[in-house]
Amino acid sequence: MIELCVEKSLHGVSGDYRLEVDLRLAAGEVVALFGPSGAGKSTLLRMLAGLVPPDRGRIKVGDTLWFDSTKQICLPPWKRQVGMVFQDYSLFPHLNVRDNLRFALADKKDLKAVDEMLALTGLGNLQTRFPASLSGGQQQRVALARAMLRRPQVLLLDEPLSALDHVMRTQLQDEILALHRRFGTTIILVSHDLAEVFKMVQRVCCLEEGKIRDDGPPLKVFSPQHMLGRWQVHAEVLAIVPLDVLWSVTVLMGNQITRIVASTDEVHDLRAGDKILLFQKAFHPMLIKIP
Amino acid sequence: MPFDWEPLLLTFKLAIVVTAILWVIGIPLAYWLAHSHVRWKALVETLVSMPLVLPPSVLGFYLLLIFSPNHWFGGALQHSLGIQLAFSFPGLIVASVIFSLPFMVHPIQAGFQSLPPALREAAYVLGKSRGETLLRVQLPNMKPSLLSGTVLAFAHTIGEFGVVLMIGGDLPGETRVASIAIYNEVEALNYSAANLYAGVLFAISFAILLMVYVLNKKLLDTI
Repeated sequence: MIELCVEKSLHGVSGDYRLEVDLRLAAGEVVALFGPSGAGKSTLLRMLAGLVPPDRGRIKVGDTLWFDSTKQICLPPWKRQVGMVFQDYSLFPHLNVRDNLRFALADKKDLKAVDEMLALTGLGNLQTRFPASLSGGQQQRVALARAMLRRPQVLLLDEPLSALDHVMRTQLQDEILALHRRFGTTIILVSHDLAEVFKMVQRVCCLEEGKIRDDGPPLKVFSPQHMLGRWQVHAEVLAIVPLDVLWSVTVLMGNQITRIVASTDEVHDLRAGDKILLFQKAFHPMLIKIP
Repeated sequence: MPFDWEPLLLTFKLAIVVTAILWVIGIPLAYWLAHSHVRWKALVETLVSMPLVLPPSVLGFYLLLIFSPNHWFGGALQHSLGIQLAFSFPGLIVASVIFSLPFMVHPIQAGFQSLPPALREAAYVLGKSRGETLLRVQLPNMKPSLLSGTVLAFAHTIGEFGVVLMIGGDLPGETRVASIAIYNEVEALNYSAANLYAGVLFAISFAILLMVYVLNKKLLDTI
């Protein structure tokens, strides 16, 4: 059980705002933080890790109080049993893969744990390589293995896969899920990718300007209530071309590009780049813009 | 007259001791300057950098005043610990440490600042304290900065003249370092001896700097 109840004044692009979050996670839960840049998602993770102190509040993980402003408790990051994976991997450039993993050991002699983790993540044949000679995906795999060796009570993933290509991303998503199944670690994932959120988590918290606006299963959070039960798919508008009395809209769904026909009403406030929801009404697909 | 090697030996003894002391003082100071956000940090930075702009004779003059047994500081040292800093080798060490401080601190401070913060944050989150992170992550990743600081401080101590003359005077075997010896020999119109001292200093400085540039390239290639 993780209790995260924090407040902090933040400086965003559009002015100052207050981060006010009260979140409870069950042990072993996988939760996504979703929201626009500068909403406070990363700050929230950094508060849990102890890298940024909240102005006020309380963070309790399991039976341990990590932060409590009323009791003047604030554990430094190295006393919190937490794993963190950064977007830019943050491997130690002067250590090879094996030594990067060994660095995470609390007990320096527990080399068996390192070997196990190397085998588990398929890094065995890369163990003497240095980070600079690894691909992005390999580096992130090392970072993940290193974070797990700390045996964290909570694993914080700050957009860990956003710098990777689609194939690598899918592979690492599977590996994170496999690690979760094996160790049962509670995971908080910051992500901008809807597909990733749907695949990885059972619960998503939408953060906007420092407040949680929505909290629930991804399907419920991202689909308007009245639309439930119908065929529907998220897409992005690429182009809108007039077609006699109708319009032809080219949309991107995942990696697929499709052209559909739409009425003037449907396209009047649409522009290329808009996110839309496609759904089936009677016989042909219709679309509405997602605000 | 046989050539007197003592000034050269004294010079290197001084440079080695001073560089060693500067490691102990300079690394924590640079760490603090690179990471602290206190308001009076600018004051400390200014004080550290003063030897860069002050004429050595100015610094030497004030140090001489303070070190003098008539000053409360010099007097207290002499009475309590029996250390006399004016016109003595320990005095040269103290003065050279102050004078070479910016040459050690600046490159190391820049080295700390150029490391991505995520590197030490990653170490903290992996359960390593500040001290352990410094020794195992930060310092190993800034070897070129450590090397530049060390060499600049060492070379600068070897080449120092003004401060040494003011504080140490010209006592053979105690404070007569090579740069002073050169000055003496020239004054005595003994050019061949001056030439030998100067030649040795020149060759050694050249060799040290050459080694740094070669090593630095190697270090940079491995990181």
